[in-house]
Amino acid sequence: MTSTDAHDTAARPEPGVSPRRRRAQRVPAALLGPALLGLLFLVLPLAGLVVRAPWSSLPQRLTEPGALTALRLSLQTATAATVVCLLLGVPLAWLLARARFPGRRLVRALVTVPLVLPPVVGGVALLLVFGRRGLLGEWLDSTFGFTLPFTTTGVVVAEAFVAMPFLVIAVEGALRGADARYEEAAATLGAGRWTTFTHVTLPLVAPGVAAGAVLCWARALGEFGATITFAGNYPGITQTMPLAVYQTIEGGDLDGAVVLSLVLLTVSVAILAGLRDKWITSA
Amino acid sequence: MSPVVDAHLVVDRGAFRLDVPLCVAPGEVVALLGPNGAGKTTALRALAGLQPLTAGHLVLAGRDVDRPGQRHWTPPEHRPIGVVFQDYLLFPHLNALDNVAFGLRRHGADRRSARRRAAEWLDRVGLGVQARSRPRQLSGGQAQRVALARALAVDPVLLLLDEPLAALDARTRLDTRAELHGHLDAHPGAALLVTHDPLDALVLADRLVIVEDGRVVQEGDAATITARPRTDYVARLVGLNLYRGVADGHAVRVDDRLTLAVADPLHGDAFVAFPPSAVALHPRRPDGSPRNTWPAVIAGLQRHGDNLRVQLDGPVAVAADVTPAAASHLDLAPGRPVWAAVKAAETRAYPA
Repeated sequence: MTSTDAHDTAARPEPGVSPRRRRAQRVPAALLGPALLGLLFLVLPLAGLVVRAPWSSLPQRLTEPGALTALRLSLQTATAATVVCLLLGVPLAWLLARARFPGRRLVRALVTVPLVLPPVVGGVALLLVFGRRGLLGEWLDSTFGFTLPFTTTGVVVAEAFVAMPFLVIAVEGALRGADARYEEAAATLGAGRWTTFTHVTLPLVAPGVAAGAVLCWARALGEFGATITFAGNYPGITQTMPLAVYQTIEGGDLDGAVVLSLVLLTVSVAILAGLRDKWITSA
Repeated sequence: MSPVVDAHLVVDRGAFRLDVPLCVAPGEVVALLGPNGAGKTTALRALAGLQPLTAGHLVLAGRDVDRPGQRHWTPPEHRPIGVVFQDYLLFPHLNALDNVAFGLRRHGADRRSARRRAAEWLDRVGLGVQARSRPRQLSGGQAQRVALARALAVDPVLLLLDEPLAALDARTRLDTRAELHGHLDAHPGAALLVTHDPLDALVLADRLVIVEDGRVVQEGDAATITARPRTDYVARLVGLNLYRGVADGHAVRVDDRLTLAVADPLHGDAFVAFPPSAVALHPRRPDGSPRNTWPAVIAGLQRHGDNLRVQLDGPVAVAADVTPAAASHLDLAPGRPVWAAVKAAETRAYPA
């Protein structure tokens, strides 16, 4: 009697060796050239900002109350928008990745609409729905006395609208890549659907969720068009950093705009770099 | 004692239909054995609730679990089962201890007692020191033992094992098979093992159910299956030559040109089986012996243990084992004509 040995060669991969940690390979010149060009293309405008910055008057400009107020508002609203996107976007991504329902392809296309829509148009669309005379806005106003446009909450709504597709797409991709059989294993161990989702599915796709949240936060932080259309430009209430930069340029103060941009850049790059080390690479 | 599993598993999947009746007694280990694509894994998934039954029924420990006829199904999480998957599916984000504790937590244990019992299970499979290891830090054999501990920890009425040793290298498989045998013996509930490896089935199972093309072709204990195969697949598994024919007393007609004399008299449709070692080869027709002889042509030669296994064409295809000495004496080579001989006493005939 012979036993089949076919599976012996198909043994598990070496434990503990992840492909990512393999020794760096030599980079082909055909890739290196365009890669460096691409990097230059992305970095050069930043260099322009740094070069043009009015370094002598910088300390005084930074302490102007308007700049710090806009910065704080930007960080608060972008973070709130990211939380909203996580609460709504992760379940939506799960639905798109795991559930089977008619018109799923159409829904997936609809989710990406805010990506291709000019943000100003998005802001107008939000006004048509949530404005004082809007489809839902009128009802919200008459029932709860609650209005969204031209409020800080409105800023969060505008940012979440524009940023959510980034999160949904990243999380859906992670869910599709995750092995659904782990969920079957959890079910055979007595875990219901919700426990399986929170205890197995979410941890498995955590790197994808983190990456999506970072993209989402970055997009919300830089949001301009939908915010100014839907929420207006009121210092301290709806004036985020991009709006403050815009207003400063409009007022003819290019140096001031450069300073504000640099502040926004420095803070966001610092936060993203910190998160990246903590979340993305450790996954 | 009433059976733990009383099932008639019917699953329609396009062109493929699984139709397998199955009963497993408490403490019994049944192996579902069959070639790839026979439907073994589908049957296991149906028992686990991961593949809905199309028809039939499933009763586990006296409880109706699935009755498609009455539109009644039970989701996997409400079945008293444990599953060891082929590639184990240990949760990569949990260490070995928490993997084992996962099922205990879902069955209502609080965190502390779940961890304590999980640690006991890891000790029992000899992995107490690896409790804090993540799955990717475990070897294949260790991962298999964690998967077994995880499945057994919830005291399943029915333990399901899908090719539990297939992903292991040959050396680990030997040790793990012996250990698995011990754990299956100690398991008070029933166990069903799906495998394509006859050795796993023979060592681990009390009873074999052989499935081909979604149907049961033979079932019984190891001795019956190895002595009396009923399909070519089973005959190949247990290493016998098998022919089907019509018996009339001591003669079984297996081909227009060949009638075999057999020791066991019977009538009607019959199987004749004999081992390759019972076939002798001669350069010329042997005379004066009460043997079955027929002319054959050598189709192929290969090493088989210490001997040579010779594949013969002729009225019937047959495998013969000869010693290297006999082989050189006969000057065996493909295409060479020889005479095959089998003593009636070395054949086994049984009703088809």
